Amino acid sequence: MAIIVGEKTSVLVQGITGNQGTFHTKQMLAYGTRIVAGVSPGKGGQTVEGVPVYDTVAAAMENHQIDASVLFIPAPFAKDAAFEAIAAGIRVVVIITEHIPVHDEMEIIAFARRRGTIIIGPNTFGIVSSGRCKIGIPPNQFFVPGHIGVVARSGTLTYEIVANLTASGLGQSTVVGLGGDRVVGLSFVDVLEKFERDPETRAVVLVGEIGGNAEEEAALFIKKMTKPVVAYIAGKSAPPGKRMGHAGAIIERGKGTFEGKVKALTAAGARVATLPFEVPELIKEALG
Amino acid sequence: MKLYEYMGKELFNRYGLTIPRGKMVTSPEEAAAVAAEIGAPVVIKSQVLSGKRGKGGGIKFADTPEEAREAAAQVLGMTVQGLKVEMILVEEKLAIDHEFYVAITVDGAAKAPVLIASAQGGMDIEEVPDEFIVKEHLDVCLGIQPYLCREVCRRLGVSGAVAKEFSRLLPILYRIFREKDAELVEINPLVLSGEKLIAADAKVTIDDEALYRQKDLPVVDDRTEAERQAHALGLSYVQLDGNIAVMANGAGITMGTLDIIQHYGGAPANFLDAGGGTGMEATAKALEILLSTNPRVIFINIFGGITRCDDVARALVKVKQEKGINVPVVIRLVGTNEEEGVRLLREHGIEAYKVMHEAAAKAVELARAQN
Repeated sequence: MAIIVGEKTSVLVQGITGNQGTFHTKQMLAYGTRIVAGVSPGKGGQTVEGVPVYDTVAAAMENHQIDASVLFIPAPFAKDAAFEAIAAGIRVVVIITEHIPVHDEMEIIAFARRRGTIIIGPNTFGIVSSGRCKIGIPPNQFFVPGHIGVVARSGTLTYEIVANLTASGLGQSTVVGLGGDRVVGLSFVDVLEKFERDPETRAVVLVGEIGGNAEEEAALFIKKMTKPVVAYIAGKSAPPGKRMGHAGAIIERGKGTFEGKVKALTAAGARVATLPFEVPELIKEALG
Repeated sequence: MKLYEYMGKELFNRYGLTIPRGKMVTSPEEAAAVAAEIGAPVVIKSQVLSGKRGKGGGIKFADTPEEAREAAAQVLGMTVQGLKVEMILVEEKLAIDHEFYVAITVDGAAKAPVLIASAQGGMDIEEVPDEFIVKEHLDVCLGIQPYLCREVCRRLGVSGAVAKEFSRLLPILYRIFREKDAELVEINPLVLSGEKLIAADAKVTIDDEALYRQKDLPVVDDRTEAERQAHALGLSYVQLDGNIAVMANGAGITMGTLDIIQHYGGAPANFLDAGGGTGMEATAKALEILLSTNPRVIFINIFGGITRCDDVARALVKVKQEKGINVPVVIRLVGTNEEEGVRLLREHGIEAYKVMHEAAAKAVELARAQN
């Protein structure tokens, strides 16, 4: 058991012939991900790392059973590629692309809602079911199987925390990257609900950051959870009104502050780490 | 990208919304001339990218062209919310029967646009009690339909000719929001003058990620030189006011790096996310940007995923050899091609750290030692 994806998940790579698409197809295959097909308009008939390439998603679907798609598509064309995957009926669509206009993101999510598609991202590192399936771009070596669920808004910070967990002997059940943009497909609550129900997950790490109110909403749900949650929030030192790299990481009109998030999470019973390397200790403490 | 008020109003005007008669000018003489042309009392509004201009003295009234000249002379060159006033908008003073608030923005939690309206306009929307605010989430597949306009009017308590004006205005505002890739279009106050609704202010923010397809909009660039250079390299950079220059890879970990520096009592000079997969050349240029800000210490924190440690090491060595680095550099380097990176640095007399917080503590210590 794992959440959203697992060892049987068949994956399609959209944009497979591009630099990023090819590089990460190789990495994902090395991790053990079942990549069954790729799409690149005009490149149908080729193969990449032994994976057959099709011109359209529909053509790939005619020849393969596909559960999830991952997009390595430049921002101006990402909306169209996401629409294509959703329209074809793929259940999970992972959008790695960053710098997608927010209006395109709202359209993608509105369409996905109508079709019941799960959107991970945009601007995400993807999702890793440790030891079974990696859909996205994290370095392979740090993700080992275990019982900690991780849900995060940012990539490298998550690798840092996952590496710390692994070094402390704490493997992960599933690691989910929500994405760093203001509008993304999944919220913390969506993923926390799944971890709460997942028999394999014993505790959850939430990696948040300033901006928006996703962490505050998560706190409301954490209050009702039976599994312990450890949180780390980045951006304590960020000045208001400045966008800290991620489109979503900005304190606007007094909202989305570090203090507000820590207060909400602490009140909900989550343990909040001051520094990233404290996360494993707090998990061990929570699990007793 | 935030638009100045006068730019927002020009945009509104092009889409058929009513704005006050007026003009943006940069001198007291021009202000007097515009006032004379309007031939009635005018308002002089400082054009800065900030709210609360009234409280800062950035808005003045004048009854005659001579008064307009004086008021303009006062406002031009003053500082409003820390911003120097170089442009003013001179426009007719409206006869106000009522002030509304209306805006459309992106609601990240709802993952959809939201329409916000209130019959209590003219003040900060944050100060208006919730029961006087109408909030409607919009479906991007539907936009604003007539039924929604009727419902919003009912809840605002407007009817007849005013409701008709509202029902004309709301879909236009939504069109601007969508067609211009706006993150925010806000009119506060939306003035009822007789039976006309007039946009007495305009706050428009355009999504930076969509500027590539919004070529007809004016360009407003309020970034610092270092921010501009970093952006040209495809990196995000924010200037802060400390003395430890920071480079890390990834927005989250860069924020985490700033936090840890502050935690140990240091002050970061900037946020620089060198991104995933930035090559050697761009990394070297990014380092040069950091050097140009004259920090006391440079702290590089790399957890290599797509970013390769050897690229970062090569970039550092290159800058050290070609430009010379006269401040201490603390570097933490782990992940992809770590051994190669660490070896390269060692050959050039730089010892890399493995643990983030130990490296951060060292950077803070070195910055302090120079006091």
